[in-house]
Amino acid sequence: MKNILEAKNINKYFHDPVTNQVLKDITFAVNPGEFVSVIGKSGCGKSTLLYILSTMDTDFEGELYIDSENMKNRKEPDLAKVRNEKIGFVFQFHYLLNEFSVLRNIMLPALKLGRKSIKEIEQQAYEKMKILGIESEALKKPNQLSGGQKQRVAIARALINNPIIIMGDEPTGNLDKKNSEIVFDIFSELSEVYKQSLLIVTHDSDFAMKTKRVIEMDDGKIIRQ
Amino acid sequence: MKNQLIYSIAKALLLARWKQTLVAAIGVTFSIAMFIALLSFMTGLNDLLDGLILNRTPHVRLYNEIKPNPNQPVLQSEKYKESYNIIHSIKPKQERLEIFNSGAIMKSLRNDERVFGLAPKITSQVFYNVGNIDLTGVINGIDVEQENRLFFFKDYVTLGNYIDLKNISNSIILGKGVAEKMLANIGDVVQVTTSKGERISLKVVGVFQSGLQDYDNTQSYCSIATTQKLLGVPNNYITDINIKLKNIALSPFLAKEFNRIYQIDAIDIQTANSQFETGSFVRSLISYVVGITLLIVAGFGIYNILNMLIYEKMDSIAILKAIGFSGKDVKRIFISIALSIGIFGGLLGLICGFSLSTVIDHIPFNTAALPTIKTYPINYNPKFYFTGGIFAIVTTYFAGYFPSRKASKIDPVIIIRGK
Repeated sequence: MKNILEAKNINKYFHDPVTNQVLKDITFAVNPGEFVSVIGKSGCGKSTLLYILSTMDTDFEGELYIDSENMKNRKEPDLAKVRNEKIGFVFQFHYLLNEFSVLRNIMLPALKLGRKSIKEIEQQAYEKMKILGIESEALKKPNQLSGGQKQRVAIARALINNPIIIMGDEPTGNLDKKNSEIVFDIFSELSEVYKQSLLIVTHDSDFAMKTKRVIEMDDGKIIRQ
Repeated sequence: MKNQLIYSIAKALLLARWKQTLVAAIGVTFSIAMFIALLSFMTGLNDLLDGLILNRTPHVRLYNEIKPNPNQPVLQSEKYKESYNIIHSIKPKQERLEIFNSGAIMKSLRNDERVFGLAPKITSQVFYNVGNIDLTGVINGIDVEQENRLFFFKDYVTLGNYIDLKNISNSIILGKGVAEKMLANIGDVVQVTTSKGERISLKVVGVFQSGLQDYDNTQSYCSIATTQKLLGVPNNYITDINIKLKNIALSPFLAKEFNRIYQIDAIDIQTANSQFETGSFVRSLISYVVGITLLIVAGFGIYNILNMLIYEKMDSIAILKAIGFSGKDVKRIFISIALSIGIFGGLLGLICGFSLSTVIDHIPFNTAALPTIKTYPINYNPKFYFTGGIFAIVTTYFAGYFPSRKASKIDPVIIIRGK
């Protein structure tokens, strides 16, 4: 079985104000259908690693394979396409566009991909909303929703293109305990029922302990995986 | 579909800040409207002033100049060919002012396809007799119909009917200044004395006003036949041939050609009236500079508003990039916003500019110097509207280009991490 995400000897330096190595020789792989959490203290480089893995940060040493394709030395529009097609994002903050309805927000990545008709995309968006239990909010504007609902909309948006992996950067960081649990349940449902691979960065050890695989980082190094 | 998506995002962002967008569009509208109105008015005025002289000036004038023969006998002598000859007090020899063989020249010119038309003319010095006083003046003998066709004679005849000059024998159309001095009205008979001393009575059939006072104070018009009778010369006597060309730009060239072919003096309009072209050019230049300045100011407005919009929508840009929009897509979104401001504002500006020009066109403008003008002159040249439209789009494009580039370079990591 091939890996959907593979990092080989990734090193990353910050040069401002002084050169400082934040990631040291990171090597790991994510298998299809795996639910992985990355845990570590604040400042240990876990978010930095996530941005490198998500192709948004290209300034690193080492090799990164997504879907067995090397991401090194690719052009920006090319990487944007990879993000669009193969990666779904959930951030700490929802980042929904208030100018568009919930439905439209969810449809946006698929519209950008442009492989299906608007009708099909809409239908797909409703399916995703049903999984997340927000189909009744479809025509509302994001600023009319609660924090937990917004995060679920963001997850639906991440799912719309059926990405090979969902990456989360503290997706429960802004939520209360109850909503955090809902989000976690959604993630584990996606993992178990839909065999969706997930890579979630978190500092919430309760959250991490419940996932199947935990990668622990400290001072830019993987200390346990 | 990809374009549709870009436009729908652009529209959403645009409408999110519709008040500022409107202000930006109004800036463009205002500058384009002023640009159009200014240029239309300035050009109208230019045409008017140029027309004052240029419409009445032949493109090429053929005439005989009284001057000493440049080819003096001593220069033709073999003996003194190598010498440096100085001749004092050369006088022109007795020469007639008439154009030799004028009939044949006119016939050949009429067949020349570069020539739009020609009007023969006789200029003659006269005295207008007012009681005991003789006023010096000039009578122009003209071919009335050709003069009207080529030089808009009718427009300048303020009293009476110009064609009477042809239909009534021994008739005259006086310059306004001359008519006032002689207290002459239509139907009166005035006396003139020719330079050869003959006295003749002419019936006033009209008064003309050219707008140039010096001219109106001395000049009068008669038909060619009347003038020939006045001077006691045969009916092939012509002193000037005024030529209008199809292409005015050829006049210096053709003047030289006619000079060579017909062995006659020829002067072209550019040489005779070069100051007018300079004046028109400078006036147009000023209007363009003012118009473009207005547009650039509007461009800065758009630049500011887009910059602000990008600053405000930084999060949205970051997420768009995170979910797969490339820098190029983001750039296109903001360029679309700028261009839609430009197109909307520019179109409205063209309409407002047209309305403003129409209003100016209806403001009364009466001046004694310009008898045919009743309102301010406006030139509705489509070229101005075309230029204005292009300018609006180009300036807004550039005003949008730099903020868009900035937006396209936004690094999503910094924003997402910063929260």
